[in-house]
Amino acid sequence: MVPDFEGAMTSPYPIAAIAGILIMVLSLAALLIWVERRLLALWQDRYGPNRVGPFGLLQVVADMIKIFAKEDWLPPFADKAVFIIAPAIIMVTVLLSFAVVPFSPGIIVVDLNIALLFFLGMSSLGVYSIVLAGWASDSKYSLLGGLRAAAQMISYEVFMSLSLMGVVLLAGSFRLSAIVEAQKRLWFIVPQFLGFVLFLIAGVAEARRSPFDLPEAEAELVAGFHSEYSGMKFGMFFVGEYLGVILISSMITVLFFGGWLGPWLPPIVWFLIKMFAFICFFILLRASLPRLRFDQLMSWGWKVMLPLALLNLIVTGAVVVAWR
Amino acid sequence: MWSLIKTIWNVFLHSFHKRVTIQYPEEKPYMAPRSRARIILSRDPDGGERCVACYLCAIACPVDCIALQATEDKDERRYPEFFRINFSRCIFCGYCEEACPTYAIQLTPDFEMAEYNRQNLVYEKEDLLIDGPGKYPGYNYWRVAGARIAGKDKGEAENEAPPVDLRGLMP
Amino acid sequence: MEAAFYIAAIVAIVSTVLTITRSNAVHALLYLIVSLLAVAVVFYAMGAPLVAALEVIIYAGAIMVLFVFVVMMLNLGKRAAITEGQWMQGNIWLGPVLLSAVLVAEVLYLILRARLTESAGGVVDPKQVGLALYGPYLIGVELSSMLLLGALVGACHLGRPVLEKAEGRYDRNSDGARAHSGGNLIRAGARRAPNAP
Repeated sequence: MVPDFEGAMTSPYPIAAIAGILIMVLSLAALLIWVERRLLALWQDRYGPNRVGPFGLLQVVADMIKIFAKEDWLPPFADKAVFIIAPAIIMVTVLLSFAVVPFSPGIIVVDLNIALLFFLGMSSLGVYSIVLAGWASDSKYSLLGGLRAAAQMISYEVFMSLSLMGVVLLAGSFRLSAIVEAQKRLWFIVPQFLGFVLFLIAGVAEARRSPFDLPEAEAELVAGFHSEYSGMKFGMFFVGEYLGVILISSMITVLFFGGWLGPWLPPIVWFLIKMFAFICFFILLRASLPRLRFDQLMSWGWKVMLPLALLNLIVTGAVVVAWR
Repeated sequence: MWSLIKTIWNVFLHSFHKRVTIQYPEEKPYMAPRSRARIILSRDPDGGERCVACYLCAIACPVDCIALQATEDKDERRYPEFFRINFSRCIFCGYCEEACPTYAIQLTPDFEMAEYNRQNLVYEKEDLLIDGPGKYPGYNYWRVAGARIAGKDKGEAENEAPPVDLRGLMP
Repeated sequence: MEAAFYIAAIVAIVSTVLTITRSNAVHALLYLIVSLLAVAVVFYAMGAPLVAALEVIIYAGAIMVLFVFVVMMLNLGKRAAITEGQWMQGNIWLGPVLLSAVLVAEVLYLILRARLTESAGGVVDPKQVGLALYGPYLIGVELSSMLLLGALVGACHLGRPVLEKAEGRYDRNSDGARAHSGGNLIRAGARRAPNAP
């Protein structure tokens, strides 16, 4: 009757695991604000924030104090309930996704047997945050941002799921810990390189990071869906974006780079190293690539990426069948 | 696609480049001698004020931040009774320096003039006057100008011919 | 799990009722999304995690986003909400309420009289679903895939010619003719009538 949702990996102290992962992930997201500014500065031959505290680390604290002290303005023309709910949705969906990410054996909230589908479902629900924020703001730039977000997320979600099915075929399970265990001999980056590239691109689009940051294009939409947001509501979108980056990086690590597997060092350290490398790669992408045009984005997603994902799935399936 | 990858790689290589930022308070930037910042009033090589209170700087100023009042001393030399620059309005455009006929008003490379109190940004004459001649060391307006002051009649300036006697018949 | 099932079921019913009664289209859609999520929880509690996940991904995550997208595009505004509010009154209620009351009575009777079926029992994992789909229900899958293919071809057919014919829809002398000439400005100019200003 009760579904077997507790695998062997689930932490014996769930409350401790939840609290630990929440604190770690949220502080990491806050730290990323500093990391991103420093790295962007490095790649633009600057220093970035280096004054507040050692290496400018306390800049994050200063920013937090500032954003908490800001006026939390509610536009009189906005749809109040939806306007307030929208930033909460993105935080909830992203943080819920972290429940199924296996950081290392024992450090996971719940080792769900449909963990991968859960992750996809949560990331698809995250779209509502942006779409509703754009609609509830009742200003034309916000609405345009919301429309772009809806179209972009739907098109990129399709081949994001398809690109992951190759991994599922090889591992034979939707359970993320089982997928990691299946990579003991060979990381899935080798047999699933195409899947990895597709997922990376879809992941950048899902996290709405440059060069796929069309919903909040500063140049043409004046911050798009969060034009009207201020104070901590804006802060939640901001932190939500960084949480999304962390989530996609952890998923890449889990699905293609063997998760916590690695010699000598403790598993959690390996996981964090791999995850951080991908976070840096996300920032490098932002530092180097210009924003796509919207029609290019859509036609690229449907006409190039989707067929490639299908091809990858068919070939992987054929190879798996032939192997047996 | 290839160009994208190349771009990413080239940007990554910037991790090993030298940074161009100057760490300002510890490390002072090089300011060009003619860069325009804090305004001063200079003096002649012999110590007199150069400013003749002609108001040209106040007229040239696009933000009306210069205020002065002309007067004359016992030598019949014009000089400003007060000379006031409101640096919270000044945009450091340098038009006053261009307008000045006597090289009295000059812009210097010193830009560190931040204040906590806005009133402190209003500089009076004693704040503006410096002891030296500024960018034009040898220049002395009253020695080269043809104007008459006590102790120097017409035609007595440097390189100046004696005045023509308009009523005489001699060539 | 029983408690979770009943709570989710109540949430589903309440949010569905609210979906029907909201006059603002976007609010109604939001309640519909909540309803779908509640149904997903119901599936999960019944031991069908795959269906629950697919419900979230496909219905709540993709189809409803399209609904919201379209409603946002239409930009209905306050007047539409007022009209909707007027439709809600009166005897428009009567027919649907009577019919659904009959259904509700039926369901209640069945539940109270005898628990006909115990829950399906056991967890249905993705493999079982896949085997069932491509085993006994193969024909159904193939038929629906053909239907979807037909829909896809139809959508392509409907979508493509609009771009090419768009020119004809506008007055030949208007700026619209130039704007919709597919970027071919020479051709757009050539089609202008000779007596055009």
